Amino acid sequence: MIAKPPSTRHHALLAALAGLMLAAAAHADDDARALAAPPLPRYQQECGACHPAYPPGLLPAASWQRLMSTLPRHFGTDASLDAAAQNEITLWLDQHAGTARKVRRNPTPPAEDRISRTAWFVDEHREVPASTWRLPAVKSASNCAACHTLADKGDFSERHIRIPR
Amino acid sequence: MKPQHRSRRTRGAAVAITILLNAVEAVAATPTELLAAYRQAAGVAAVPARGQQLFATPQGRDWSCASCHGALPTQAGKHASTGRPIGALAPAFNAERFTDSAKVEKWFRRNCNDVIGRECTAAEKADLLSWLLTLTP
Repeated sequence: MIAKPPSTRHHALLAALAGLMLAAAAHADDDARALAAPPLPRYQQECGACHPAYPPGLLPAASWQRLMSTLPRHFGTDASLDAAAQNEITLWLDQHAGTARKVRRNPTPPAEDRISRTAWFVDEHREVPASTWRLPAVKSASNCAACHTLADKGDFSERHIRIPR
Repeated sequence: MKPQHRSRRTRGAAVAITILLNAVEAVAATPTELLAAYRQAAGVAAVPARGQQLFATPQGRDWSCASCHGALPTQAGKHASTGRPIGALAPAFNAERFTDSAKVEKWFRRNCNDVIGRECTAAEKADLLSWLLTLTP
């Protein structure tokens, strides 16, 4: 190998760094794309009436199937739908389930089919203190928009997190 | 409760009410029309005070209607477990309320199950809606 003058080494290092950053950006994009399923108005309207209309990519298909078949007993409430809405939403969830990178990597259904019980969710939120979860403005892990200011647009990027005090 | 004998006219009204209340697809209605339909189906007069009591009192379970709709349904409420905002329930404060019979029936079914552990009767729905209609700005 021929020794390169320092300036060339410097350039090579910069190029390598730029490459790494591009790769990271591509990964982030990948997730953003995966989460942005073509919206289903009925899903927004029905499921989004009580909680954020969670991106379907965040749970594996098996979890969505189970949730959709037990709606009359949905985390302590009756969330039953008429047959037409039930079928339309089930089909759409099935088509767009599990597309998030973290779910593709580990498609095991989380405990109780709760997004908040997936390993990646627990890991990503490990720095959030218990006192923050208890704030009236937060109250529940289902209240994504309390901190993720663009959650309703499917954007959970760090840049748009604002944790209430 | 079904009356034993009905005139043809009452039967005709009953059929219209059944269509209105059992529609799966959205059927546009006004709150007053829906109240009339529930009152007809109940066969008794609606009592607003009874509706208010039903709304405010837990029925042997964790929640009352007020747990999510707020003590005064003239203002926005908040879902008791998720914190999701819920628009005011009283029609005079929220023009969308009680204008779609399928939606009204869906929410009565779910919420009565959550609060009382069974579906509400037509009389209970009439009581409740008659009370909500007394709330005006």
